[in-house]
Amino acid sequence: MKLTVWTYEGPPHVGAMRVATGMTGLHYVLHAPQGDTYADLLFTMIERRNHRPPVTYTTFQARDLGADTANLFKTAAQDAYDRFKPEAIIVGASCTAELIQDDPGGMAETMGLPVPVIPLELPSYQRKENFGADETFFQIVKALARPMERTKQITANLIGPTALGFRHRDDIQEVTALLSDMGISVNVVAPMTSSPSDIARMGAAHFNVLMYPETAETAARWMERELDQPYTRVVPIGVGATRDFIAEVAKITGVVPYMDESRLRLPWYSKSVDSTYLTGKRVFVFGDGTHVLAAARVARDEMGFEVVGMGCYNREMARPVRAMAKDFGLTATITDDYLEVERTIEALQPEMILGTQMERHIGKRLGIPCAVISAPVHVQDFPARYSPQMGIEGANVLFDTWVHPLVMGLEEHLLHMFRDDFEFHDAAGASHHGGHTKPAPQEVADAGGPAPQTPGSISEEKKNTSFGVIWLDDAERELKKIPFFVRGKARRNTETFATERGVAEISVDTLYEAKAHYAR
Amino acid sequence: MTELPRLPASGGCRDTPILKQRGQREVFCGLTGIIWLHRKMQDAFFLVIGSRTCAHLLQSAAGVMIFAEPRFGTAILEETDLAGLADAQDELDKVVDELLARRPDIKQLFLVGSCPSEVIKLDLSKAAERMTQRHAPSVRVLNFSGSGIETTFTQGEDACLASMVPVLPKTDERQLLLVGALPDVVEEQAIGLLEAMGIGPIKVLPAPRASDDLGVGTGTVYALTQPFLGDTHDALTRRGARHLPAPFPFGDEGTTGWLAAIATEFNVDPALFEKVTAAPRARARKAISQAAETLNGKSVFFFPDSQLEIPLARFLTRECGMDAIEVSAPFIHKGIIGPDLDMLAEGPTISEGQDVDLQLDRARAARPDLTVCGLGLANPLEADGLATKWAIELVFTPVHFYEQAGDLAGLFSRPLRRADLLKLEAP
Ligand code: SF4
Repeated sequence: MKLTVWTYEGPPHVGAMRVATGMTGLHYVLHAPQGDTYADLLFTMIERRNHRPPVTYTTFQARDLGADTANLFKTAAQDAYDRFKPEAIIVGASCTAELIQDDPGGMAETMGLPVPVIPLELPSYQRKENFGADETFFQIVKALARPMERTKQITANLIGPTALGFRHRDDIQEVTALLSDMGISVNVVAPMTSSPSDIARMGAAHFNVLMYPETAETAARWMERELDQPYTRVVPIGVGATRDFIAEVAKITGVVPYMDESRLRLPWYSKSVDSTYLTGKRVFVFGDGTHVLAAARVARDEMGFEVVGMGCYNREMARPVRAMAKDFGLTATITDDYLEVERTIEALQPEMILGTQMERHIGKRLGIPCAVISAPVHVQDFPARYSPQMGIEGANVLFDTWVHPLVMGLEEHLLHMFRDDFEFHDAAGASHHGGHTKPAPQEVADAGGPAPQTPGSISEEKKNTSFGVIWLDDAERELKKIPFFVRGKARRNTETFATERGVAEISVDTLYEAKAHYAR
Repeated sequence: MTELPRLPASGGCRDTPILKQRGQREVFCGLTGIIWLHRKMQDAFFLVIGSRTCAHLLQSAAGVMIFAEPRFGTAILEETDLAGLADAQDELDKVVDELLARRPDIKQLFLVGSCPSEVIKLDLSKAAERMTQRHAPSVRVLNFSGSGIETTFTQGEDACLASMVPVLPKTDERQLLLVGALPDVVEEQAIGLLEAMGIGPIKVLPAPRASDDLGVGTGTVYALTQPFLGDTHDALTRRGARHLPAPFPFGDEGTTGWLAAIATEFNVDPALFEKVTAAPRARARKAISQAAETLNGKSVFFFPDSQLEIPLARFLTRECGMDAIEVSAPFIHKGIIGPDLDMLAEGPTISEGQDVDLQLDRARAARPDLTVCGLGLANPLEADGLATKWAIELVFTPVHFYEQAGDLAGLFSRPLRRADLLKLEAP
């Protein structure tokens, strides 16, 4: 038993729903109690889908238990087939139905439905949403895809995008463009945008582009083995990764590598003088493994940040994330415990967080700016405008989104110069945000998506300082005069400096000695 | 006494046959109630014993609501807990010990049952008893079910309040008890009106804090402020308290009828009643009439959600001039909702429970001007050109009593005004 306040991932059947809802012509019959229908709102509200997810829930009640839950399932499956006439059906159980052991898969098979019925075994008490999506997509591919003649032209399947995915909608377009520039067309994009009959012709592609290992790696491996289709390992997020991706595709296909850089602005924007202020910004990176690996590389190599901590919530990606962290000289934080992430951030005092909506809330509470790089998603993660993460435009988007929460270059100097001016002083935030970056913890309020709110006092009382040294009043006052966006760093550096020298009390002198010590 | 609402000449809906269909129900489970209950009871923590699904539901439902610091969490059952029940009780003790050690501000702990905990028959009342002894006197531990196999949406609040009744101290004092978790501002208004009529002492269930001196007994009369409190009603009756049946305090008529039922019980002078209610009542009428301009003559269709549907249909048809096509509720408890049914003119289909696909067919065929439904259905219906109002907003927005009557009408008129304002289609 584990106490959980906020979760990064839903249960595995929500992953199955993400696959089903992204597809057309597929229906999911889910043995589940009524409350589980809440999951529909994830799609209709957060992603603003204009259709209900193609899911029929059996909504059994206590009085059905022991009596007739099995029949209830069969009726629901038959009604769903009659009403929706899908090309294929997936069936499975949610956490509660798993306990009553009705075996939806077995029952559905005996019903003689005239379409393929694909049973799902998703262990709700061990695994989570990403596993559910990955396993569901794998089962669908395994059931429907067969080896077949390749297309004459070189084609690829794009695999991994699902409903409720972080920018999947726009990444598809960007990757399609990258391939198209090399003369490669797309055979099938799946699961999102495909139907069961599309899945059946996936074997015609020459290779697979694995866009999101979280949701399609098992299927990619199976297709490599059974359909003889190699798949790409590089996820093209960031300039360097996009170049690597192009090289990888060229290697797989024998096509000449080509990348149209005319729209690529990140490299110049990052070199231009205004970006000098980005140098060495201390960032903490957290999210799903794929986006964290990509973001850490972009942060260090393309933005000039200093990555001071990184980690992911999906254990499936722990290994590569640990390896990269090691390469960065760090120890990865692999956890799905939101409070642990919060404690880590509090201890590291980064100047910026690249995280999820959860970390955005942690950042709000701690007064640290945050840019969102990964699911779990919020209604804000489905912008109306084109906003990919992958490819060339994706790199441009990363630059803009990551710089946005920070104070602009020249503005930072002005803040220093006028640090006693009432408008700039203390909690004055970046001028382009119309408000302070440091709201009172109690007023955090959001509407429109499953954004975790501020959990506040569930964590233990804050100690005097994280190092046990004491700030004298005048030093504390002096510290407050330092603009908020460097104050965390100053506080931390000073405390480290004091601790290392065995100084128990921090005076104004200690503050400036530390400043001199750390001056670069 | 002020003129009371006239009943419809053609007869109300109390005896209208109820349409009952059995199929997929698209509603939240009772766990959802925790989202507003934990804000109301400031020293309470709600610990769901359930699965990742339960935690995800709370988080997803919470995300569309407004609140700050949660005093709720989920003890997620794992494989090991499912293997042997004795373990699960021990594990639960561990989780609770840690929680209480970290949160000394907690004075009431609710162990909330879920589908998984009920299917594996994890005995939470036994656990609550054990923990109450262990943590007495600083923390009181209670349990109730919010599971989807036992409860629907607002029934979670009912189950929670009902669980508190048996442990209330006994008192023979003559008192009025207001039952239901309302936003503070609304609660204060109601108490203000009643006190101005000389009624007292007035107590509230749930009390904001465990230490508040709330007792119950044969001298207690109680008024429900929410229509979904059937079990709480029964539990209070068992403690010797007496229910004051009344329409629910939505809109001018509902509020007046509700106050009048209490005033009659306390022998309030009609002139005093008139004096106290006249001004807010006039304000309510004026505010409602503004929104009613948009709503008048429009049709409305209720999907079952919060159990507020029947009182709201009564308000919208009688005070805002709307026509109800179908009014459905997850449960219809005539002993509680009877006065509202009496006032709702015959005509609409009254339905209980749901087969969501069939009901969607009916709604699409009827093409109501406004559909009141859950979050899962709203955008798909909007995409079909049907204006919607999310039912969940009605549960945590201040909508009760005179001063909120205009806001309540406004919640329904806004989607229609918006549909009118937008010029988005190609000519
Ligand atoms: S319906 Fe049951 S399993 Fe689902 S969230 Fe509610 S209590 Fe948990």
